[in-house]
Amino acid sequence: MSERYIKEKGAAGFFKNLFRHQIFIPIAALLLLAIFNLIVDPSFFKITLGYSSDGFPVLSGNLMTIIDYGSELAILAIGMTLVTAASGGQDISVGAAIAISGSVVLRVLCGTDSRPEVLQAPIIVAFLVSCVVAMLFGAFNGTLVAYFKIQPMVATLILFTAGRSIAAWINNNELPIVSDKTFTYFGGFIPGVPIPTPFFIALICMAVIALALKFTNLGLYVQSVGINEKSSRLNGLNPQMIKFITYVILGLCVAVAAFIKVSRLSSINYSVIAKDIEMDAILAVALGGNALSGGKFNMTASILGAYVIQFLTTTLYKMEVQSAALSAYKAIVVIVLVVLSAPVVREKLSSLWKKITGGKTAKTQA
Amino acid sequence: MFKFKKLATLATAAALCFAFASCGPAQSTSGGLIKVGIINNDPNESGYRTANDKDMKETFTKENGFDASFAYSLKNDEQINHAQKFIQDEVDYLLLSAADTAGWDSVLKDAKDAGVKVILFDRTIDADESLYEASIVSDMDKEGQTAVDWLKGQNLSKYEVIHLQGVMGSAAQKGRSGALDAAVSELGWTMVAQQTAEWNAEKAQQIVQSVIDSGKSFNVIYAENDDMAKGAVAALDKANISHGVGKDVVVMGFDCNKWALEELLKQNWNYDGQCNPFQASYIKDIIDKLEKGESIGQKVVVMDEKGFDAATITQEDVDKYGI
Repeated sequence: MSERYIKEKGAAGFFKNLFRHQIFIPIAALLLLAIFNLIVDPSFFKITLGYSSDGFPVLSGNLMTIIDYGSELAILAIGMTLVTAASGGQDISVGAAIAISGSVVLRVLCGTDSRPEVLQAPIIVAFLVSCVVAMLFGAFNGTLVAYFKIQPMVATLILFTAGRSIAAWINNNELPIVSDKTFTYFGGFIPGVPIPTPFFIALICMAVIALALKFTNLGLYVQSVGINEKSSRLNGLNPQMIKFITYVILGLCVAVAAFIKVSRLSSINYSVIAKDIEMDAILAVALGGNALSGGKFNMTASILGAYVIQFLTTTLYKMEVQSAALSAYKAIVVIVLVVLSAPVVREKLSSLWKKITGGKTAKTQA
Repeated sequence: MFKFKKLATLATAAALCFAFASCGPAQSTSGGLIKVGIINNDPNESGYRTANDKDMKETFTKENGFDASFAYSLKNDEQINHAQKFIQDEVDYLLLSAADTAGWDSVLKDAKDAGVKVILFDRTIDADESLYEASIVSDMDKEGQTAVDWLKGQNLSKYEVIHLQGVMGSAAQKGRSGALDAAVSELGWTMVAQQTAEWNAEKAQQIVQSVIDSGKSFNVIYAENDDMAKGAVAALDKANISHGVGKDVVVMGFDCNKWALEELLKQNWNYDGQCNPFQASYIKDIIDKLEKGESIGQKVVVMDEKGFDAATITQEDVDKYGI
């Protein structure tokens, strides 16, 4: 479709199309940040091969940091996009749910002793249990939203408030520390593999969701429910079920993200783990140009949006912006990006482009 | 309808009776026990708060002659509501760790009128000193100073510091940052990076990671709490930079969590500054004095706080001071 468009209209048409295309915004933002860093300090992109304290090769550099720390956010963005599209609202409890899920992982691994010498259960068991728990909490949110028709932000406010206390309660408010080395692989490096593991985990999640969107009707159903609930019901869909499912999927994403987070430090701090991550996840969806009121969505754009946020964070740390001003800088960049991604502004931009190029072609023709 | 009105009148009359009855001479002790109402922050907030709450519960027991009720909230307005309830319940002492410094004047005046004695712990408030009997606090400036003095005493050949700050504007951040900032400007130390990690281990890890990525050299990590020091150390481990006693990087933390002191014992870290959560014994002393009618001298009591050096710390210290 777009190729034919280019052939017909030439370069002007291509650019016009580009501005309209949803994925344009996150890609443009990435490019902007990259160019900015290139001008300020080209060494930003340097990647060096070093050796970890265990003697295994590891790659390090800002780009590695971005794909490493952006992973959890990218995984959350997958679930958040679906929830946003189907229910026209956002889940603000993901940070608290990560605390719960991470707490469960440590509880299963450590048993009743908070600092065991050996693991009390295989890591895979701990992960699966945490998946089940996180999906149950997702189902709780989903039930409130889909069946009781409570606004998503209000429904998830419950878990947002209570989640961190629940997380602390799961471990009797103790601080479990896992001493087993293999547990650190998931948030660090697998021995011999120089690329951080979280990136691979994120890739697996992306592959799974890409396959699910391609070979099942998930994407179609979610969008149709988001666009018009009534007419999709008249067409034989079950809107409540579909909304419910998106929350359960987000629960699964939460479990994966929590697993990476607790693995990074082999421990947990209930009050600050994944703090404010829900806002970043929602922002990723918005940066991807998805309407926060639901309906059509573009998964790739959301995931790119997540990496844009991490790119921005890493850039700000690199620039050593003063602590007190850090969030202000972030806010300015975010405002610019969000305004640029607004449909009104994009319409204006593409018509402006049309004027410039249109004028030119008119002249040459004359 | 008429019946309902009658009922309502009766109820009001009954309520008034109770109100008058309670205006009689205040009975300060119920069955010999001293009634205390304790308002604290949520014990899940941090390891510090958990230890603090546990200490309170262990001290103000029936065996020690107290009838204690507890209320928790991280929100000032909820805490004020709890305070009003305690005043209505006619507690003898109101122990308060306020969530916010402002807004306490009127409720403390009510307390004074009702004869309830107020003792502040851990946090001060912006109110007239006459409204409370005593205030038991940590001196965050002193904590920072102790740590910086220790760092000076290490006589490193160079001082290139990564400074990980807490949530900007909090008392702990201000106190602990102030001493380091002063030392940096006076002694010409190099501040390699100064960033807030908001008490958060992951953020600290990222900040230190970004310093390592940019290839700058550093030899001191001054983290304003243990969690952030832990995050920093995780980044060092990843990049194969040695840390601890006699190694490349000096690691400093605060709060004396048990696991952090264990790191000191293993010589992976160098220093941990205490933020004393054990105010209960100080409060009990004051209450004992007040009950005997003695004067308590100074209103503001600053607690003793230590700093632990990895070179001298013992298992006993870990057990005694770890929270």
